[in-house]
Amino acid sequence: MNDEHDHPAHDHEHHHGHAHPPLQPDDTSPPGHYETMILAMRDLLLDKGILTADQIRRGLENLDSWQPSRGAEIVARAWVDPEFKRRLLSDGNAAVAEFGIDMGSARLTVVENTERVHNVIVCTLCSCYPRPVLGLPPDWYRSKNYRARVVREPRKVLSEFGTRIPDDVAVRVHDSLADLRYLVLPRRPAGTDGWGEDALAALVTRDCMVGVADPQVPNAR
Amino acid sequence: MSEPFAPGDRVRVARVHPPGHRRTPFYIRGKEGIIERVCGEFANPEELGYGFDGLPKKRLYRVRFRQKDVWPDYAGDPGDTVDVDIYEHWLRSANTKARK
Repeated sequence: MNDEHDHPAHDHEHHHGHAHPPLQPDDTSPPGHYETMILAMRDLLLDKGILTADQIRRGLENLDSWQPSRGAEIVARAWVDPEFKRRLLSDGNAAVAEFGIDMGSARLTVVENTERVHNVIVCTLCSCYPRPVLGLPPDWYRSKNYRARVVREPRKVLSEFGTRIPDDVAVRVHDSLADLRYLVLPRRPAGTDGWGEDALAALVTRDCMVGVADPQVPNAR
Repeated sequence: MSEPFAPGDRVRVARVHPPGHRRTPFYIRGKEGIIERVCGEFANPEELGYGFDGLPKKRLYRVRFRQKDVWPDYAGDPGDTVDVDIYEHWLRSANTKARK
């Protein structure tokens, strides 16, 4: 989207009676449209007493606590505990609540990779992503390149991530457009019998849970 | 609310182009697929997005499409699919039951 086209420069100024110091003394470039909107919204929330600066900071700390390591713990538990895996596949929200994770109004839908099916997640409209279990989406997930191509030529896109899917394994793309959020449950790699949950979780990267990679055992290839 | 579809039902996505921010992407409009699951009822995001209450709620389905049916020149395996979340008001019955 072209900001200059949608938001002419005269919209960037705001007039509410006080001047802002620059956020960074050495950065004299004017803030962009969205940055200005965020600052204005923050000021309004503070001025009207709807939120305190402390509440905003704690909100950001909560968002920062959303990391792919939380998803990895969930996958590792599912690998070692068949009963948990069954709960995770049938009701994702309830299962991750056991880890203290609140999915909010979204519904976590876990899709399992098997010998016959490889799952991969996209949101072709925007960048819907299971943030409470994976954190913020990577830039490539939000790129038009990935969003347009992974529904059109998923095997080629996966190969660009270094992931080659055999012909007898179906590739199932999930276009996440509504109130569901998807998490891929990858296959547990061979050679990990008897491993503990922590060691297993260390194999599960963000990309494995989006479905563009498979977990790898170090030095196994 | 329309008569609900059941898993296995064959459906066609409406090939319509209403203005506004819609949740059914263009590439899937007019395509035929199979109901994979019924996801429940949700406030209509196409209304929520414009400040309305989104009521009455709409049924949400996951519909599975064969890639070959979506992209006639699809080069991957014939078993490859794309599953798309679609609200009921976008779906029409395609009558014949799926033979899976």
